[in-house]
Amino acid sequence: MIEAIELCRTYRTSTGVLRRKPLEVEAVRGISFAVEQGELFGLLGPNGAGKTTTIKMLITLLLPTSGQARVLGRDVVEDARDVRKRIGYVFGGDRGLYERLSALDNLRYFAELYGVSGKAQRRRIDEVLELVGLKGRESERVEGYSRGMRQRLHIARGILHDPEVVFLDEPTIGVDPVGARELRGTIGDLISAGKTVLLTTHYMFEADALCDRIAVIAKGRIVGEGTPAELKAGVADGRVTEIEVFGVDDATVERLRALEGVTAVAVEEHDQRQLLVVQTAAERELTAPLLAQLDGIAVGRVGSREPTLEDAYVALVGGE
Amino acid sequence: MKAARIFWTGFVLHFKNLSASPFMMTTAAIWPLVYATLAFLMFRATHQAPSLLYAALGAAVMGIWSTTATSAGGAIQQQRWWGILEILVAAPTRLILVLAPITVAIAAIGVYSIGSTLLWGRLLFGVPLHVSHPLLFAVSIPAAVLSIGLLGLLLASTFVLYRSASHLSQALEYPIWTITGMLIPLSLLPGWVGPIAWALAPTWGMRAVRRAAIGGDVGTPLLVCAALSVAYTILAALLLHHFERLARDRATLSLT
Repeated sequence: MIEAIELCRTYRTSTGVLRRKPLEVEAVRGISFAVEQGELFGLLGPNGAGKTTTIKMLITLLLPTSGQARVLGRDVVEDARDVRKRIGYVFGGDRGLYERLSALDNLRYFAELYGVSGKAQRRRIDEVLELVGLKGRESERVEGYSRGMRQRLHIARGILHDPEVVFLDEPTIGVDPVGARELRGTIGDLISAGKTVLLTTHYMFEADALCDRIAVIAKGRIVGEGTPAELKAGVADGRVTEIEVFGVDDATVERLRALEGVTAVAVEEHDQRQLLVVQTAAERELTAPLLAQLDGIAVGRVGSREPTLEDAYVALVGGE
Repeated sequence: MKAARIFWTGFVLHFKNLSASPFMMTTAAIWPLVYATLAFLMFRATHQAPSLLYAALGAAVMGIWSTTATSAGGAIQQQRWWGILEILVAAPTRLILVLAPITVAIAAIGVYSIGSTLLWGRLLFGVPLHVSHPLLFAVSIPAAVLSIGLLGLLLASTFVLYRSASHLSQALEYPIWTITGMLIPLSLLPGWVGPIAWALAPTWGMRAVRRAAIGGDVGTPLLVCAALSVAYTILAALLLHHFERLARDRATLSLT
């Protein structure tokens, strides 16, 4: 359904005011993957990893610098209009809607742009409003909608023409936990309705809960691919030690990373305390050497646990 | 037929959206009154009633052009700010059918300026509102609006690619209403301005509106206005096709 082959995208820009110097930024560097019919495929990666650039090439908004991509067997460069008819595109955030108009006005307009015939329009708009849970609120102006409601309206707009493939670019970004949970339910409904979905997110639990398969992107390259279970298994032979500290500095974190047997170190900030998440090889017991490196720093709780998808992600992305 | 439906749906949506903006409405209704006042004071010196109507109509159409020149570029940029331009480009509809309703709706908002200008002229300056050919007047107004909207579209086609191009259309505000004879009769301008004026559809739209109101041949300027409007549409479609591909290459669709 979706196929990317050695996809690359370089942005050309310039720096300086009087003497402008050309600058090239390689956002995507040879990405390849394939998504099967009815699959929910996740692109997971930190900000600036190349997720949105990849999705924009697949939905025909950006031309690849090199490589090829096909959606439903059609080339995204040569058959752009044909691809556009058959896909839906939803992105996260507040923007992308006519705020001063009602949800119904917005949907009617986009139904027309996506070729939903006059007779089918009313029925289809009712269906999508029902699916995203906005039935009864469609006559209200969008400017009065909450973020979660706007996001559900985005999804309604994206699937109005009943596309076979739906691209969701960080759909839950900025949405409150309850709204995000409802949105995840809606995304699950899309799969139940037989759609193929490509989702980008940097929320680990979201990818874990929703995706059949995941590709982890870092610095424009795929650094890991598989089912959530396969990715977790990649770090399952390791151990995860969590150490609560107060006022750890960068030099200390670097010393921990340099310890033999340590595969990754992540620092989570929690107000005045930090949580060091240290991944180590399974056969090594490193708690004592780790604590020795923290000499002079106030240490709180210390514990170990099973690796999660987040640990797999940190191990994959941290190596880049 | 399908294209007409898309155009009409888009026109109604954008007209509704623009009408919901108090700033846009205030600008469209009040701004032209400044032009009108200046024009009335200039033309009153001739002490001829038809001159005042000539000035009133000129000021009204100037209002339509000013709204279009300042807003057409802004409208495309606004679609960008709202995050809608990418969604519009990602739709399978041709870009000309997506953008033409926006610029024509902006020009149509300028119609409010006709009402406010004529009312202003009647109440404050005693401008007679007698129209020689009411039916032709009713036809020439939408023709002039459409021609201005399509000239706005031609300019707006560059805004898809160049973010700063809206400044260009604002810079063209005064030259266009001077060259097209909205305020000053073309006969008073240098001879070399003539060919430029004839290539601009609003020149003929303006002429049709005035002749329908004051008297004279309306058919010829209406036909020329329509022909030029068609030419603008074809040219805009070609430019948009080219600029859309360039914008996808240069990644300028989502930039603000």
